Amino acid sequence: MSNMPLLTLITFLPALGAVIIMLFMKKEQTKAIKGFATAVVVLDFLISLPLWFSFDQSEAGFQFVEKVSWIPTIGVSYFVGIDGISVLLVLLTTLTMIVGVVCSFTAIEEREKEYYVCLLLLATGMLGTFIALDIFLFYVFFEITLVPMYFLIGVWGGPRKLYAAIKFFLYTLFGSVLMLLGILAYYFANFKMGTGTLTFDLVELYAVGPKIPLSLQIWIFLAFFIGFAIKVPMFPFHTWLPDAHVEAPTAGSVILAGILLKMGTYGFVRFALPLLPQASHVFVPFMVLLSIIGIIYGALVAMAQTDIKKLVAYSSVSHLGFVMLGIFALNEQGVLGGQLQMINHGISTGALFLLVGVVYERRHTRLISDYGGLSKVVPVFTVIFAITMLSSIGLPGLNGFVGEFLILIGAFKKSYVYAAFAVIGIVLGAAYMLWLFQRVFFGNLDNPENEKLTDCNAREVLYLLPLVILMFWIGLYPKPFLGRMEASVKKVVKMVNVAEAPQKAALGKMTKLEK
Amino acid sequence: MIELAWLIPVFPVIGVLINGLFGKQVGEKAGPIASVMAGLSFLVVLGIAFEMIFGAGGSHTVPLWTWVEAGSFSASMSFLIDPLSTIMLLVVAGVGFLVHVYAVGYMHGDPGYPRFFTYLNLFMLSMFLLVLGDNYLVMFVGWEGVGLCSYLLIGFWYEKQSASDAGKKAFIVNRIGDAGFLLGMFLIWTLTGSLTYTEVFKAAPEMSAAMASAVGLLLFVGAIGKSAQIPLYVWLPDAMEGPTPVSALIHAATMVTAGVYMVARTSPIYVMGPDAMSVIAVVGALTGLFAASIGLVQNDIKRVLAYSTVSQLGFMFMALGVGAFTAGIFHLMTHAFFKGLLFLGSGSVIHALHHAPEEQQQDMRYMGGLKDKMPITYWTFLIGAVAIAGVPPLAGFWSKDEILANAFFTGHYTVWIMGTVAAFMTAFYMFRLIFMTFHGEMRVDHHAREYIHESPATMTVPLVILAVLSVIGGVIPGFPPEAGWIHRFLAPSLAKVPAGGHAMDQGVHLMNAAAGGGHSGPAVVFLIILAIAVALGGIALAWYMYVKDTDAPGRLYERFTGIYRLLLEKYYIDEIYQACIVEPTYKLMRGLWTFDAKVVDGAVNGSSLITVVSSRFSGIFDLRTVDGAVNGTASFIRFFSQVFKYLQSGMVQNYLFVMLLGIFVMLSAYLFR
Repeated sequence: MSNMPLLTLITFLPALGAVIIMLFMKKEQTKAIKGFATAVVVLDFLISLPLWFSFDQSEAGFQFVEKVSWIPTIGVSYFVGIDGISVLLVLLTTLTMIVGVVCSFTAIEEREKEYYVCLLLLATGMLGTFIALDIFLFYVFFEITLVPMYFLIGVWGGPRKLYAAIKFFLYTLFGSVLMLLGILAYYFANFKMGTGTLTFDLVELYAVGPKIPLSLQIWIFLAFFIGFAIKVPMFPFHTWLPDAHVEAPTAGSVILAGILLKMGTYGFVRFALPLLPQASHVFVPFMVLLSIIGIIYGALVAMAQTDIKKLVAYSSVSHLGFVMLGIFALNEQGVLGGQLQMINHGISTGALFLLVGVVYERRHTRLISDYGGLSKVVPVFTVIFAITMLSSIGLPGLNGFVGEFLILIGAFKKSYVYAAFAVIGIVLGAAYMLWLFQRVFFGNLDNPENEKLTDCNAREVLYLLPLVILMFWIGLYPKPFLGRMEASVKKVVKMVNVAEAPQKAALGKMTKLEK
Repeated sequence: MIELAWLIPVFPVIGVLINGLFGKQVGEKAGPIASVMAGLSFLVVLGIAFEMIFGAGGSHTVPLWTWVEAGSFSASMSFLIDPLSTIMLLVVAGVGFLVHVYAVGYMHGDPGYPRFFTYLNLFMLSMFLLVLGDNYLVMFVGWEGVGLCSYLLIGFWYEKQSASDAGKKAFIVNRIGDAGFLLGMFLIWTLTGSLTYTEVFKAAPEMSAAMASAVGLLLFVGAIGKSAQIPLYVWLPDAMEGPTPVSALIHAATMVTAGVYMVARTSPIYVMGPDAMSVIAVVGALTGLFAASIGLVQNDIKRVLAYSTVSQLGFMFMALGVGAFTAGIFHLMTHAFFKGLLFLGSGSVIHALHHAPEEQQQDMRYMGGLKDKMPITYWTFLIGAVAIAGVPPLAGFWSKDEILANAFFTGHYTVWIMGTVAAFMTAFYMFRLIFMTFHGEMRVDHHAREYIHESPATMTVPLVILAVLSVIGGVIPGFPPEAGWIHRFLAPSLAKVPAGGHAMDQGVHLMNAAAGGGHSGPAVVFLIILAIAVALGGIALAWYMYVKDTDAPGRLYERFTGIYRLLLEKYYIDEIYQACIVEPTYKLMRGLWTFDAKVVDGAVNGSSLITVVSSRFSGIFDLRTVDGAVNGTASFIRFFSQVFKYLQSGMVQNYLFVMLLGIFVMLSAYLFR
């Protein structure tokens, strides 16, 4: 078992599936293509389960590691592995892929072969991003995801699909080019001041972090920041997101919200914090400011939306503001909360997009004003939507609360001012979601077109149910999730605070002298 | 028995699952099922209470599982059984069970019958968690849970815009309070490293007065929201949109008292922070008086009771604020009996007027003379009214008298005066309600008259039981005043204000000592006589105005039209909030949305990004923003037409080219330095 290249298998199985579909299946065989794609993602999920069960919680470092030299002259290797930071993201990805494939059966009716090929390629890109421990490799995967997503939006999207797809592509590309500059700068800085070797090996580079002079760290941080902040997206780099979400097909939105955005927040935890510890501290006020603006601004703009999908998209800006706030609290509670909230957001917002997709497929409208009084005709849908909404607004007992709570307590520990502003977000969060719910589900059923709406069918319930179960599970018993992440989060927090320690000691001396 | 405390919330969970998942199949059996579940919980509570009262007492932790753990932070799902939670459990489970039984009759025939009982059981579950938790986090779970149920039940008749509006308002206003509660929890944790009561309170005596006050005030913000105090009380009157059993259980007897419970539970911290206590006393007194004054002129039977509830909650906070924690909890208990009774009674009246035009069903101007048609409702209602007015020996007298006496003897004279005036108003508006509803000539719509009937037994039996409790529920636990059973029983759970802890008290204690020491002597007799006089005076005035000389209200109206309108329109507070908070928020949200589309996105879309960004900093906002957006659109089109061209020629190559270019630039920068 231990010799099996499990991560490689998990990552490349979808790509292999895509190749098989591309080469051996005719585009008329839509049923077979759907069946095969489903089989691939289910199998992929099944083989990713050992990551949950055999994961060693006490180990802070990387597990399931595989390392093969790739381009030795410039120090690039195929180096993969997971730790507490990435394990749940990998599992969330394999789970979300099943949901993404299954929810597309009836929603996508043209060029189905290419569609499933794109989905599967996207899976490989995302999984690779989360398991790569070589920065160059990470970058390659990070960029690969752009291409299938670009096509998903551009080909199978809504009326303004081309605009949205190009905007998505160029905007995130712009960010990642800057990020590449940052990576290269770090690479050479390491050569000059660190290990003295040319390497992209993350484990080696981790040891270098504090040695890089602060002035250089700040520049590299800015480069990373642009790359990741656009992906997250943080205010004010978020405007590509609503367009992409609105135009993308349901599965595209679910994957975008559930996984792709997490590549940005993950990037901060995996690279920015440990590689640039001093700079991370310098940027705390800046990052927190943007996060809090994102939380409040995102919520207020969400409130103003008339399109359900856009509303959910802006709610993501608000939620990811929470995640970023937690990460830049730079303490265990904050980072752990941020990590958990990444998963939570993937589950809740993913489910919200799925639910929007369910009614969109029937009514072909996403305007809130076209709905009203739905709870009468679609009770099951209403209940699932209600639970998801409550999870999204952080009701205790459901998943969102645990993450939000830890983030806020971490922020409070850093400075009570941060938490005091951030809690405004939980009030506004309740406001826009409840208002949406009221307008869609309550009141009279006054639009005759809604009278014949059919409730969720078995397939829809089937792909929503796992998400609902996860909402309760994480909400009531988050220990298996937090436990798996804790050791690695502690390590990251220690790494980012290692630079603080001497400063604090110096400060301590000064105060002693004053006495 | 105590170790079985985990069973208490399990029964409602079963009820929720059965009625929630199989509502259609269960149908009319939903009510009985939910009631049995509430009854089973009540039985367990009775067993535990028996053991606590007649057995060892003390404080017992029932651990369940570790809930959230993150580094040095840890909170577990554990329950605490101690005298305070025992009293609360008895009230919640007891009144809760009665309301369930009542609702079986009241909600009969409603299309949402199973849904109603699902929510009601869910409420019991949340309320049990709130009371049972051994730490603030579990309390918060229940705290938000009851808020959710309140939201669902207020908006139960969701087709009605006013109902779903009211539900939403309740949830959002409560969330404002919850934000304060959260911050309070964070501060507690930073100060003590724990959220578990026993550990927090162990560390409490070490807290500085400033920190203890800060914690106290933050938590109190939560209580202000949940327990409807100034300035966040506005949701409670609107909450009357919910079915009446809900008003009785959630918006009178149990949920709204959660804030009182929380403050009493936190008493070890509050006694360290006298400033927070003073704020509570003042807010309580203000709310008590303010809400009572609104209650004087309302015509909707449930609205009178709603403002009365706000006012009575003010009394409870008065008690807590002056350090009389036991009196606060005592009043919480008696209030649950008589206010639960009054609400259920009003529900019985509304039920009887089912055939009247909808806008008249709750309007007392269209009632009158109902006493002979529904004797059980009338007599039990009368008992409730006498109890809340504070006439001995009924329940309200004992608890209210303790509150006012404590305010007086701790030197909070202003609070005491406000409380006494509010007590007078209470007696008046309650009997105004009685006389308008049950006495005088019948003003009910003619078509509806023949349908007026006494309610069925499932409704009247709970009324009778609550009436009995309203009679004996004060004197048995509360006699003799200040030394009754409830004081002895609750003593281990509640902290005492340290002697001489409050500067103001010190003087009073000296005065008392000089006057013969303690709460005795002529002062006590004077206070008791005054309390009785105030109660009887209010009743007498109501009798004079609404029975003897029925023209009096009209004459008063002529003379004080302005004041009357002010009270009737509830001091225009809702309108003020609408204009000062809600509308600006809407404006802000629309403004930001325009900003986002035009400016943030405009900046992205335009290659004139620099122009817009610099204009943002230079502050010449309007001019350039509009300009920038226009320019942006033009250059945006140009820009993307370029892009389309690239796309046709193969985007990936270009992209790879950009990548290589980057590498090249970096390399050369490095090599040529």
